Amino acid sequence: MASSAAATASGEPPVLPSLLLIRRLDPAFAAALRQRFRVFDFFASGDPLPAFLAAAAAAAAAPDPPRAAVIMGGGSVRVDAAFLDAIPSLRCVVGTGAGVDHVDLDECARRGVLVANSGTVYSADVADHAVGLLIDVLRRVSAAERFVRRGLWPVQGDYPLGTKLGGKRVGIIGLGNIGSLIAKRLEAFGCVIYYNSRKLKESVSYKYFPNVHDLAAESDVLVVACALNKETRHVINKDVLRALGKDGIVINIGRGANIDEAELIRALKDGRIAGAGLDVYENEPKVPAELLTMENVVLTPHIAVFTSESISDLRDHTISNLEAFFSGKPLLTPVLP
Amino acid sequence: MPPPAPADDAGDRPLVLLSQTPLPHFAAALEGRYRLVLAADADAATAAEARVLLVAGLNKVPAELLDRLPALELVTAVPVGVDHVDLAACRRRGIAVTNAGPAFAADSADYAVGLVVAVLRRVAAADAYVRRGRWATDGDYPLTTKVSGKRVGIVGLGRIGSMVARRLAAFGCAVSYNSRSPKPSAPYKFFPSVLDLAADSDVVVLSCALTEETRRIVNREVMEALGKDGVLVNVGRGGLVDEPELVRCLREGVIGGAGLDVYENEPDVPPELFAMDNVVLSDHRAVFTPESFRGVLDLVAGNIDAFFAGRPLISPVTL
Repeated sequence: MASSAAATASGEPPVLPSLLLIRRLDPAFAAALRQRFRVFDFFASGDPLPAFLAAAAAAAAAPDPPRAAVIMGGGSVRVDAAFLDAIPSLRCVVGTGAGVDHVDLDECARRGVLVANSGTVYSADVADHAVGLLIDVLRRVSAAERFVRRGLWPVQGDYPLGTKLGGKRVGIIGLGNIGSLIAKRLEAFGCVIYYNSRKLKESVSYKYFPNVHDLAAESDVLVVACALNKETRHVINKDVLRALGKDGIVINIGRGANIDEAELIRALKDGRIAGAGLDVYENEPKVPAELLTMENVVLTPHIAVFTSESISDLRDHTISNLEAFFSGKPLLTPVLP
Repeated sequence: MPPPAPADDAGDRPLVLLSQTPLPHFAAALEGRYRLVLAADADAATAAEARVLLVAGLNKVPAELLDRLPALELVTAVPVGVDHVDLAACRRRGIAVTNAGPAFAADSADYAVGLVVAVLRRVAAADAYVRRGRWATDGDYPLTTKVSGKRVGIVGLGRIGSMVARRLAAFGCAVSYNSRSPKPSAPYKFFPSVLDLAADSDVVVLSCALTEETRRIVNREVMEALGKDGVLVNVGRGGLVDEPELVRCLREGVIGGAGLDVYENEPDVPPELFAMDNVVLSDHRAVFTPESFRGVLDLVAGNIDAFFAGRPLISPVTL
């Protein structure tokens, strides 16, 4: 059915399509949505999710039950069978992240509910941050920064040096949009790129490893740039860390659960790997206390996607997906199971 | 590297004077091939004989020191920058000067880019935020700004500057530069003045030598042109920047941030910078990795050997 804002015959203001909003938004994004849709805002309601969904379903039943939802990029709200049961009118879920591991794709497909993600809106920013973390861990940028900021340079002399980037073998787990951009950047630094992916990619010349253990065995740095799903949960585990070895570094800009966090911490404590750069954790915003005092790790609070430019791009992209759905056109960035 | 000369032929090892005591593993590596004598300790005969002076650090090498060495033909420096050597005196006397630039260039460029990302994306500040437990108590870290696509102006497109350019181009940055003269082979836009470069850039990276022309080349006017969202990264020499003015400009928001590896008076860092979140500080480490020391050693020895064998120098500095 055609979208938006056709004025009714009696000249009353147009009926905006109903939209569930299950994400906190900046004012510009919120205003842009409100201009185009009748927004049911979960976080503003303060209700628990089931109550919110029931109320929205009831309030919007006539004339226009909510057919689309904008959801968080990750986190505790799961779009699963229970969610879909509560809003039977839902036909489209637009995620605001690249990952949709919190959406039951099979269940959505079964019910004819389309799912979209944020496409490549964030990819450059995540790649930039991944490379920034890698340089930081190898060359000890943040650690030296802390040292100088504490006024220790005149007192203790130079902070210990890091290690050269050139010639390092970087194993990228997941060579999608983000992984490819990371690879291109690191090539300019003289790094050697290896990768693991579900399938070998004919179009790239980097060396392919069919499993992560072998990739780790031949890499100096492992970069996690893959989606989180059943196969990739704890893809970095004790075995992979052992293969990586005591001079090895792990960089994670995927999901915390891609790494066995407890095992990583043990490996760092025991000196079985050399360092880590982490933007994501298994239990955000909790960061295990043991990491907070380590000099050979760099810890950032899930900021890889969050630049003002990407937020503005996200807004445009989300609205484009919604407008496509409501006008019966294909989604820009659909995700299939 | 060819094996060192046999130790019992002490007399056959060429004489190399040292401007200062080198780092221990440097000395150990060079001792087998050359007869090393500290210039300050050289007796009259040794001083009269010396043809090569190894500048092993950043201690000044003034004309007075050079004047005591009448046979001097080569000054071979370990650091990249040779602004602490009286180059005018070298020029007058026809003394050749080499540095170890090529061995250090990649590491400097890598670190410069690391600083650009660290400042724009607040990596170090965000790390401090996490370590202080503020993510759990104060919520998400504020938005930062995209690196890809920023306009980057590089001052000095030598070895280091070119490598910085190549790396940032891979991030999708638009690179332009200022140099003493345009480089026809460089695919980047040339600006004849640092002021015009700054006006057209979001990020300015300093990777040029410190000379009389470049001293305090980044002054208030340049920083105002760079602007309130602009970022300055310096891996050259502290003297390239009017440091008190830089501190003022950061405090007043005239520029948006800075990444500094070098300062006017190392190891003293202006304390006002310690309270600023939009500044990333490092302890003059950009050039150094343990791996590059090997390369530096090879280059220094290579230049000295080339000189004694009458071959062209490997990394001469234009005086």
